[in-house]
Amino acid sequence: MGGYGDVKLLREDGLRLDGRKIDEMRPVKIEAGVLPAADGSAMVTHGLNVAVAAVYGPMEAHPRKIQRQDRAVIDVRYNMAPFSTSDRIRPGYNRRSREISKVTAEALESVVLVERYPRSKIRVEIEILAAEAGTRCAGLTAAAVALADAGIPMRDLIVGVASGKVEGIVVLDLDKAEDNYGQADLPVGILPNTGEIAFLQMDGDLSPDEYNLAMEYNFKAAAEIHEIMVDALKRRYEGGEN
Amino acid sequence: MSNGQNGAELRLVTPGMAIGPVAGKRVGSGAIAQNDTIIATRLGWTKEFNNTVSVDPINSAYMPRSGDLIVAVVAEVRNNLWFMNVNGPFQGLLPMSLAPWKVEFGAARQHMGIGDVVLARVQEVDECHNVVLTMKGVGLRRLNQGTIVSVPINHIDRLRGEGNATVQRLRDAADSRIIIGENGRVWIDGNAEGTAWARQAVALAQASGHKTTFEAELSALEQNAPKKGDA
Repeated sequence: MGGYGDVKLLREDGLRLDGRKIDEMRPVKIEAGVLPAADGSAMVTHGLNVAVAAVYGPMEAHPRKIQRQDRAVIDVRYNMAPFSTSDRIRPGYNRRSREISKVTAEALESVVLVERYPRSKIRVEIEILAAEAGTRCAGLTAAAVALADAGIPMRDLIVGVASGKVEGIVVLDLDKAEDNYGQADLPVGILPNTGEIAFLQMDGDLSPDEYNLAMEYNFKAAAEIHEIMVDALKRRYEGGEN
Repeated sequence: MSNGQNGAELRLVTPGMAIGPVAGKRVGSGAIAQNDTIIATRLGWTKEFNNTVSVDPINSAYMPRSGDLIVAVVAEVRNNLWFMNVNGPFQGLLPMSLAPWKVEFGAARQHMGIGDVVLARVQEVDECHNVVLTMKGVGLRRLNQGTIVSVPINHIDRLRGEGNATVQRLRDAADSRIIIGENGRVWIDGNAEGTAWARQAVALAQASGHKTTFEAELSALEQNAPKKGDA
């Protein structure tokens, strides 16, 4: 998040550099059940981001010290592939991936009925294959679809979406340039049916009015993405009537 | 859809989706009540039976219940018990007192080692998900031959059929012994041809068990069965 310099991020006609309106999302495509070896999986293509999530479990939590007697623990591992950006990323865990893994796990714990599986662990692997800003949101969305695909009981799906501010204007769904040179970024995890917020982070500065507008954009986008998530899950089992 | 669908519209729901108002109905598995609305917690088909609304999950992990007949694999051996992989989140425990043999303390390995497969029954499951198995009972034994294939938990009823009709068809067509464990493991024992065909039938259940076309696809497969005409 630069927030300074003279980088032009909005065109004179009011549109953004990639031709989107300020409240327009990048195209989103979701597919469930992409990994046959996993108990549940999903791939989310959000603009140029590609996130794959795999869910394994519930399984016995090891080592025993991580077990909780009254609930399951959700073990999230978020990782960006070395080839996901133009500059090669050094493989392995780093501070950023550790932080995103932690906030994603906490967000998912608020929707998964973890009390149904005491002493167990649900392993969620999120791999970012291509990155263009907003990977934590794409990863969270993919994880939610993969959990539903795995049959893990949840009280709602969870949608990752972000808004931000560029050149003093609140915009929905920042792309790479807007993320790097914009003034604020507000990724949130929204429960689309209840309207609750499972996680919220903010980078940069927003006034209360700008924040409210950004959240309005986020909720609107979350509703759209939620429809795509539901469609992806239903498509996987189309033709079924049990 | 299973029997007893009365009233509720049959539809595919995803977690968080409202199924309908509570309105005096009971909330069954795969759903919760929130603000007087029944909410689905799993991806599956809605079902209403005896005034209870529930969701038949499309995919789910095996959660052992007392009385389940399962195909378990020995995972660990101790002096006086075996830890069994039951295809669920937790290992099951088979104490030597519930084995079908007279086992001396320290001699458990002489009867079963790691990787051995048994037909067992779930004796007890407590609230912390500790699972105790038993091999004392008619037909419960070590499975020394045959092959094991997996099938999704939610397709077991489909594979078994009404009153075990479908599995009996498979047994006749494959001319093999077939036992379907509640834990999603199917034991098949027969000649090579019959076993191969039975594996195809289970794979079909795995791929199309949730589809309305399953019955037709199975009938088509029966045309290539080693023992035609029984089906």
